[in-house]
Amino acid sequence: MSLVNSSVEGVLEPILERYLRNPHHLMQILRETQERLGFIPKWAVDYISEALALARTQIQSVIEFYAFFYDSPCGKYRILFSDNVTDRMQGNTALLARMLSRLGLSQGQVSGDGLVSIDTTSCTGMCDQGPALLVNNHAIPRLSSQRVDAICTLIKNQTPLEQWPSAFFSVEDNIRRKDVLLSAELTNGQALQRAIELGPQGMLAEMKTSNFRGRGGAGFTTGVKWEACRNAPGETRYVVCNADEGEPGTFKDRVLLNSYAELLFEGMSIAGFVIGASKGLLYLRAEYRYMLEKLQATLEARRKAQLLGKNILGQKGFDFDIEIHMGAGAYVCGEETALIESLEGKPGRPRIRPPFPATHGYLGQPTVVNNVETLAKATLIAQNGGAWYKGLGTKLSTGTKLLSISGDCDAPGIYEYPFGVRISKILEDCGARNAMAVQVGGAAGTCLARHEFGRKIAFEDVSTSGALMVFGNNRDMFEVARNFTHFFKHESCGFCTPCRVGTTLLCNLLDKIADGKATSYEMNELSRLHQLLKTSSHCGLGQTAWRPVYDTMQKFRPSYDRRLQQKDFEPAFAMDAALAPAREIMERDDADAHLGNEL
Amino acid sequence: MLSPQEPPKRKLRVATTSLSGCFGCHMSFLDMDEHLLELVELVEFDRSPITDVKHCSAACDIGIVEGGVCNSENVHVLREFRKSCRTLIALGACAVNGGLPTLRNGLDVREVLREVYFEMPGVVSNTIPNDIELPLLLDKVHPINEVVRIDYFVPGCPPSGDAIFKFLADLIAGRTPRLDYPQMRFD
Repeated sequence: MSLVNSSVEGVLEPILERYLRNPHHLMQILRETQERLGFIPKWAVDYISEALALARTQIQSVIEFYAFFYDSPCGKYRILFSDNVTDRMQGNTALLARMLSRLGLSQGQVSGDGLVSIDTTSCTGMCDQGPALLVNNHAIPRLSSQRVDAICTLIKNQTPLEQWPSAFFSVEDNIRRKDVLLSAELTNGQALQRAIELGPQGMLAEMKTSNFRGRGGAGFTTGVKWEACRNAPGETRYVVCNADEGEPGTFKDRVLLNSYAELLFEGMSIAGFVIGASKGLLYLRAEYRYMLEKLQATLEARRKAQLLGKNILGQKGFDFDIEIHMGAGAYVCGEETALIESLEGKPGRPRIRPPFPATHGYLGQPTVVNNVETLAKATLIAQNGGAWYKGLGTKLSTGTKLLSISGDCDAPGIYEYPFGVRISKILEDCGARNAMAVQVGGAAGTCLARHEFGRKIAFEDVSTSGALMVFGNNRDMFEVARNFTHFFKHESCGFCTPCRVGTTLLCNLLDKIADGKATSYEMNELSRLHQLLKTSSHCGLGQTAWRPVYDTMQKFRPSYDRRLQQKDFEPAFAMDAALAPAREIMERDDADAHLGNEL
Repeated sequence: MLSPQEPPKRKLRVATTSLSGCFGCHMSFLDMDEHLLELVELVEFDRSPITDVKHCSAACDIGIVEGGVCNSENVHVLREFRKSCRTLIALGACAVNGGLPTLRNGLDVREVLREVYFEMPGVVSNTIPNDIELPLLLDKVHPINEVVRIDYFVPGCPPSGDAIFKFLADLIAGRTPRLDYPQMRFD
């Protein structure tokens, strides 16, 4: 008991103090507790429950909701292989098997000595340099057999993570094409100074002149959102940056956070200035944990330079500061209301909209939620003016778009193009010579076949949050859709039945097709389910989870058909094998104790 | 010439059965009260607990199945229905999803049998019945659409008499069956 008490004091008190015993910081308290202890033990839950005056069940529900919180020991080294379709194409399956056999483990199992566990996780945003894994939430890209073997040795020798070769953890930016954003050369504070000179209304006018639309996917006009928030009644206001870049195949925000964080933080400050907020929150996905210290150092430097804090740049009454909030492995938190729930220390379940965050957001106050790229570009608009920005791109989609390109091409990485660029041009630039299909906008996006490569990236044509995965001639588009669908099943938050059950049913049907046990009946069921998910899911996750299946069924139908049995129907399970346990215990083996598979 | 008002030339043959269910859906069927009189003008019952006919005749028009599939006999009955009936309907939660009997799906069926026949208070026999006439349990309980092709699903535990009547009336008249919100409310 005294041992437990001293651990409680030693471990939890400093963390609780740092977060001022504020229940809204529950996720950060749990994350730091886990970083110290490897998992979140029951006694820690009890202690935190007492300290924050939260019910144990509330804390438990948060731990259970997020994939990266653990309530039981999961190995001193916790290895998670990224399992996006691009990782699969780069050979992660063989590397996972290699590591499992080297360490004598099976997937999901913790080694007997509690040293290591190995499993898979959703896309970690390293598609341009995969296959990738996370070790204790730190990313290791560019895996090869040699690298896997070296990691096994480090684990067996119990080398502390800090002493692993730093080359393992180096993540490349892979910027391949720069346009106005990526080639911007701004002095820190320059754009913010200009926004202050314009005044909040003036800056807002520039945003509206630019006709700039949000880059997170939905494409809402940013100036209108800011104005709605500015005009909404409230005690205080917040700026939230959505850096929960979980859409498979997307990694542009990773590069912006790594090399253009000043632009982002300046954009957040400008947004804060316009709407009258004094606090900004950056919601950083858990997979990008490795950037936390660097980002915090950038914030600290900006505070020193009077770009954050009180009376910014000498402007009396302009107080603004930014906090970083780490996620814990939940794709659904990319949805803005789920993200706000998560910021408040709760499970990330999407809220019912309206009301929209612009009027009722973080802690019920007017809140602007913008994507990383959106906020970074707001800095450019402050600097160069709305009219300048409006001249770029197309009439309905002004400016440029960052694309994260991965898959079957010579030069995967980040490409910045003015809106209106054709898919064929992009494929030529990235060296994708034998592309059969392009998945634009991630798993929830659009699958384009070759006859559509003349289409343009723009809100009015092919809209995207920034992912572009290329599939060459030899790829199996059925397997691509199956990978994405399993991703949605895993990430469904479970709140609404159509999505929770629907994504599982989709997976069951696809798995049955993959096993060669399906008939045209399953194809009809897939069509029926797609309607149901689309029309009755609570949030965007369920409303789009059918898309990869639907698109590939339309455009790559033979990849389904060649797996189908030419029969009316085939049962979902092996009939005779299902009687085996009963045969065993009833000691029967007569004809009636067996079942054929035929009607 | 056919007129749209012309009634069906012959009565449709309807077969019903309860597999791994509680007969609640059949009770609800009877609960359609005076609609039963309208129904018997349009249909005649084939294999059904109502008639006690033991097997389906070769050409039934409509088969109505209550309950999920928990043992080999359920499989045989369901297959007979599929073979004999032009249109097969899953009636109620257990047929549609497996329902309450699927609560055993998380357990090993051998453990379930041991528990029931050895461990339960008051059990004296200490053998698991293994008469050749007894159907064997499947390792898991399944919704019926995992064993045969099903044409329609009517949710509810049980679906109300009104819902069942509305559904059948639509089907018999050649309208795509549709249950409106009041018939789909279960609270």
